[in-house]
Amino acid sequence: MEQPVLHVSDLSVGFSVRSHVTDVVHGVSFDLHKGETLCVVGESGSGKSVTARALMRICRPGRITGGQILLNGPEGTVDITALDDNDEAMRAIRGDRIGMVFQEPMSSLSPVHTIGAQITETILLHRNMTDAAARAEAIESLRRVQIPDPETAIDKYSFEFSGGMRQRAMIAMALACQPEILIADEPTTALDVTTQAEILRLLKRLQAELGMAVIFITHDMGVVAEIADRVAVMYHGRLVELGPARQVFHDPQAAYTRHLIGASSRFSIARDHDRGGTLPPAAPKPLLEVRELDLTFRKTTGFIRRRTKEFHALKQVSFTLHEGENLGIVGESGSGKTTLVRALVGLLNADAGSAMYRSKDGRSFDLLEPGALRGAGLNREIRMVFQDPFSSLNPRMTVEQIIAEPLILEGRLPRREIRDKAAYLLNRVGLPQAMLTRYPHAFSGGQRQRISIARSLAVDPRLIIADEATSALDGSIRSQILDLLFDLQTELGLSYIFVGHDLGVVRYFCDRIAVMHKGELVEIDRAARICQQPTRDYTRNLIAAVPGTDPDHRRLIAAE
Amino acid sequence: MLQFIANRILTMIGMTLMLSFVCFFIIQLPPGDVISAYAAELAAAGDSSGGQMEEMLRERYGLNQPFVVQYLKWLRNLLVGDLGYSFNLSKPVSEIIESRIGISLLVEMLAITVLWAIAVPIGIYSAVRRYSVGDMFATVFGFIGLAVPNFLLALLIMYLVYVFTGTAVEGLFSAEYANARWSLGRILDFLSHVWIPVVVIATGGAAPIIRVLRANLLDELNKPYVVTARAKGMKESRLIMRYPVRVAMIPLVATVGWVLPTIISSSIVTAIVLNLPTLSPILLRSLLSQDMHLAGALILFMGILTLVGTLVSDLLLAWIDPRIRTGMAT
Repeated sequence: MEQPVLHVSDLSVGFSVRSHVTDVVHGVSFDLHKGETLCVVGESGSGKSVTARALMRICRPGRITGGQILLNGPEGTVDITALDDNDEAMRAIRGDRIGMVFQEPMSSLSPVHTIGAQITETILLHRNMTDAAARAEAIESLRRVQIPDPETAIDKYSFEFSGGMRQRAMIAMALACQPEILIADEPTTALDVTTQAEILRLLKRLQAELGMAVIFITHDMGVVAEIADRVAVMYHGRLVELGPARQVFHDPQAAYTRHLIGASSRFSIARDHDRGGTLPPAAPKPLLEVRELDLTFRKTTGFIRRRTKEFHALKQVSFTLHEGENLGIVGESGSGKTTLVRALVGLLNADAGSAMYRSKDGRSFDLLEPGALRGAGLNREIRMVFQDPFSSLNPRMTVEQIIAEPLILEGRLPRREIRDKAAYLLNRVGLPQAMLTRYPHAFSGGQRQRISIARSLAVDPRLIIADEATSALDGSIRSQILDLLFDLQTELGLSYIFVGHDLGVVRYFCDRIAVMHKGELVEIDRAARICQQPTRDYTRNLIAAVPGTDPDHRRLIAAE
Repeated sequence: MLQFIANRILTMIGMTLMLSFVCFFIIQLPPGDVISAYAAELAAAGDSSGGQMEEMLRERYGLNQPFVVQYLKWLRNLLVGDLGYSFNLSKPVSEIIESRIGISLLVEMLAITVLWAIAVPIGIYSAVRRYSVGDMFATVFGFIGLAVPNFLLALLIMYLVYVFTGTAVEGLFSAEYANARWSLGRILDFLSHVWIPVVVIATGGAAPIIRVLRANLLDELNKPYVVTARAKGMKESRLIMRYPVRVAMIPLVATVGWVLPTIISSSIVTAIVLNLPTLSPILLRSLLSQDMHLAGALILFMGILTLVGTLVSDLLLAWIDPRIRTGMAT
């Protein structure tokens, strides 16, 4: 058998905590062969990223505490573990023989340098050529990742690109020196499904073109099923399973692998029941009727000659939400999903249309009237849960303060009862009461999202608007949160508007799905109907971009 | 960009007009005027020609006219370049400013250059080697510099210089060079004097810059784009200067706007202690004696310097941060 490009044996990585070193990666061993894709999968905190960074010796402040990493090439074998982090020999490998792509293209690219400057820099670090030649090479690498008009794009800044284009630029940078190994650390997690599909196809094509070995880190089993030749499953810093994709999916050995596959297959869009948990109500009564909602963003610039830029974000959007129903809103980023729900809760002002909401006592209110939520006390009934569980909780407030804040603002209950209620709510979302006095940073992403949910429940709402509430979470945590939302629905009689870009998840959670495209609501129907018999091409494309669950039936990448 | 600058200059003209009114108003606020201060001085010296003479002087300089009339007169004179007359120093205001502005500018610019040249590298070092002995030392040094009043430090240095060399250093020139033309000897003499105010001002101002830069840079050092640059195989030192330092400097560059007016207003007490022939002691004196034309001109000048400084820092920001540049273009 051919010699592997990379040979990792018994690798351990540790972090110093005070005076002693705690290992977070324990004895990981694997080989990587030329031209293959190895997917490393596991939930956040399982040590996948640290392992990948250790391969490039950029895992500071962590350091390698044991094992060996051997890089084999035409000029012989280099022992990466024997080098120092910032050795010249190590720096010569980074960016030249091993390239890396990161999760967040926006923050992983410098905000103050042009794309071109950053790519040319990599080339000049490793190749002996003139600035002009390096620039030509950089243009070539942008062309390779299919960035349109690379001669102009090279002088742009990362913030002038869309998310997908940024990730392409990032890939172009990692591949500028045509490395033997590409490490991709969750490169599609921050992207919406259609862009994810494009990036995955692009990576596959480039891999074939350049004959690279790819280490692809992800928590999404769907992505693994699409692209992996071999799969490595990590759990709590250990490699619990390693094998060919087909074997891992069809005959998983480790219990954790089975759990991961089980969790992801719940979100398969090929299923035909409507809702994952509870049943939709038998006789629907409308709770919210949105009619011809229209919203345009205007930005006025200039002091003497005033100019107004307009962006028509919502075009005549109409839909009805019934009591006890879960309505999903899907679409690519920029399609107006978030704008729509923000207009409904009064965070943005709509230009026209109405949104009639029937309150608990049977009265009707138009949510689009300025101050409607506050005035009629509807902000008790309609609550929001946001996407990013890290930035939507105030880091300087304790969990108790966070959950109790809506109640304190209301001022109806005495302090003592507020305290009890906060404790009850925390229990209700599955966290121990003792955690009331802790601060958000002590919690994981999933736990934080539970806290957000507890906060939204504090004032006995009837409608919860979840804006990408599970998008930032790992597969298994995601299903736990969705199950919690289902339980709360049965218990409290809630309705949900669930915004998401992952059709599989939305399909699992919702009774009906509304598809948005460029500010228009193009299609709305029962979840199963949308997924099985879409009427619009746009919806079909969205569905086609959802990764499958079986390496034998790849949906995105044509099998060779 | 050009349009942006043109817009800003137009706004600045309006701002300056408003500023001139506020200046004049503030100077007029305390009871009495320059004549009464002058008369009080005369009376204290035993001269009792008193009331009649005061009235005559007020009449002559238009001081008993209504406020608005005085203001408009002052403004009209300003527009044609006449800054008025200083009663106290018995000289035209423009002459006083002219004779001192060069030296003020030189001292302050030297001090600021030294200040930044010391503070920026220390700030970078403190962030990159956080909690190292050097960082602790820089922090302690910075805070001592901040906590010790500038004039005290000036006195201390003067004392030490006197004890060790036996010469008293004050002012910016020795007697023989005070009114001489610039020559090598005069430059050397100047340097042998100017280091004291420069050191005093620089140690006082270093701490905030060190701390701000350190805090910003600590945030930036953990940003993903730094890891990206590291993954390219870049040398650590070059990488830090090229990426996080550039971003961390942005908030500091924004403060450049406040530096210009300090040419007049900063280190008043230090300047008095060290007997520096700069503008700041003049500003203090004119305010005490209600020498309104002189004080008004100086304060207005400071305001204009603030406006110009803000424009300069905005342009610098646009140069250093493309996100701001594109915001301006639209």
